[in-house]
Amino acid sequence: MANAKRYLEVAFWLCTLLPFVLTPSYLSLASQIAITALFALSLDLILGYAGIVSLGHAAFFGVGAYAAGLIAKHYWTEPLSGLLIAGILAGLLGYALSHIVVRFRHLALIMLTMGFGLLLHEAFNSASAITGGADGLQGFRVPGVLGFKFDMFGKTAYAYALGLLFVCFLITRRIIHSPFGLALRGIRENATRMPAIGAPSLSHLRKAYTIAAVVAGLAGAALTHTTSTVSLEVLSFGRSADVLVILILGGAGRLYGGIIGAVIYMVARDQFSGINPQYWYFWIGLLLVAVVMFLPNGILGGLSALYKKRQ
Amino acid sequence: MLSTRNVNKKFGSLVVADGISLSLPKGVRYALIGPNGAGKTTLINLITGMVTPDSGEILLGEENITSLNPFQRVRRGLARTFQINTLFPHLTALESVTLAVLEREGHAHNWWRALSSFSAATDEAANILKSLHLEKSLEKETRELAYGQQRLLEIALALATRPRVLLLDEPAAGVPKGESAELFTAVEGLSTELTVLFIEHDMDVVFRFATRILVMVGGRILVEGTPQEIARDERVREVYLGAGHAA
Repeated sequence: MANAKRYLEVAFWLCTLLPFVLTPSYLSLASQIAITALFALSLDLILGYAGIVSLGHAAFFGVGAYAAGLIAKHYWTEPLSGLLIAGILAGLLGYALSHIVVRFRHLALIMLTMGFGLLLHEAFNSASAITGGADGLQGFRVPGVLGFKFDMFGKTAYAYALGLLFVCFLITRRIIHSPFGLALRGIRENATRMPAIGAPSLSHLRKAYTIAAVVAGLAGAALTHTTSTVSLEVLSFGRSADVLVILILGGAGRLYGGIIGAVIYMVARDQFSGINPQYWYFWIGLLLVAVVMFLPNGILGGLSALYKKRQ
Repeated sequence: MLSTRNVNKKFGSLVVADGISLSLPKGVRYALIGPNGAGKTTLINLITGMVTPDSGEILLGEENITSLNPFQRVRRGLARTFQINTLFPHLTALESVTLAVLEREGHAHNWWRALSSFSAATDEAANILKSLHLEKSLEKETRELAYGQQRLLEIALALATRPRVLLLDEPAAGVPKGESAELFTAVEGLSTELTVLFIEHDMDVVFRFATRILVMVGGRILVEGTPQEIARDERVREVYLGAGHAA
């Protein structure tokens, strides 16, 4: 069973290389998918494993994106150091906010995270001298990474995004299968019981929130590096809502749920918007309703239930 | 080992703890009895920090723990179980107790080492579960355990914190009468170093397993004594046991 799972994982990651061969003209979309999957992975860490519902997760994605953009515009264009700094800055914001966020649950938590997201969005909008405001941050170009130039077909961009996703995935998987990961699952399962077994739940949640913010910041920075532009949309409520939808589609608390959800959502969005550029959200809505009705634990949850039933 | 000094608590105009002072010496098995609404569970909540007293002090050994968080009290050796199962439904029994051991040992912050490398914690958790006759249920998810097994898991979680004082809030609540004696036999087999306070409504169990009994009525400790003293006490007969039982 464990071996079968391992082979399946290897096969999955080998499949992520297929776009280089099968759909070379869609590598830009593939890099967007990888970045969105990374963003969803960061949300999964707090929502799927620690039970923190967030409708403002784009705050960290946006801070990472703007940090990478500002570094590239004003200082240097080497992306890996920019990526690191962007992750740290997003993590610092996450750590600061975590002191408030982890004290709330349920509806109050949703409102609070949404509030922080909106606050940050408007703060960056009004600080147009630094951020470019509604026009976004422009006038810089990240030439490449590790000697490979970002080409117009998105080959390097996809390799960069995929590499980052893979490294962050390995780290997240280690976290999930560590004592800390077990503690997070304990909090998700029963937050009331945790103090009664001597667990400093708030401290665990702060840490998880901070790590998730770092990962979201890395995703934002990767978007900046691969597109050489930052729009205010990176901080939007829509982006926070989208990533939540992606995770619900794929299946929260399943590590691969965010990745599968990102692939389905982004491909569906690409196809639906091609068919009907104005009303494509209708189909996304329909997809979401269908998944929630028939697969309440997401696509991976449904597959897992099916597998257990067949056993 | 555990003592309270003049602990008071009101919810609005309702007095739930009225000047409660008690002292539980090391190794004694105390039963806390009283009619519904007497404030028994509230007293456990006050002692464990889940409810903050309006005034008064709570001491564990010589240390005043009144201002400590619930988890800090657990780390100092004060553990509890809950009247209604408060478990981790999707964790296995072994994972649940391992988590409690890891928290006690300060390993639960570790995110860079695999859980499987903490075999000492897993072994200890397995031994605790075996001592409570749950050896066949180690790998079962908590939600799949029989109700009586879940009650035992409640106790296993508390024991994994290596308490000096164990507070059991109706550990046999909902358990068939025959099985509750079995459950208390497991409690009786715990270390004699451990101070145990349990809330229980079944008087047969109380008189069989308690070495001392506290009777609580209307947020106050009415009387404390040995089972024999409590059985003879007129006030207890009046407010709780009834003349029939005493006779």
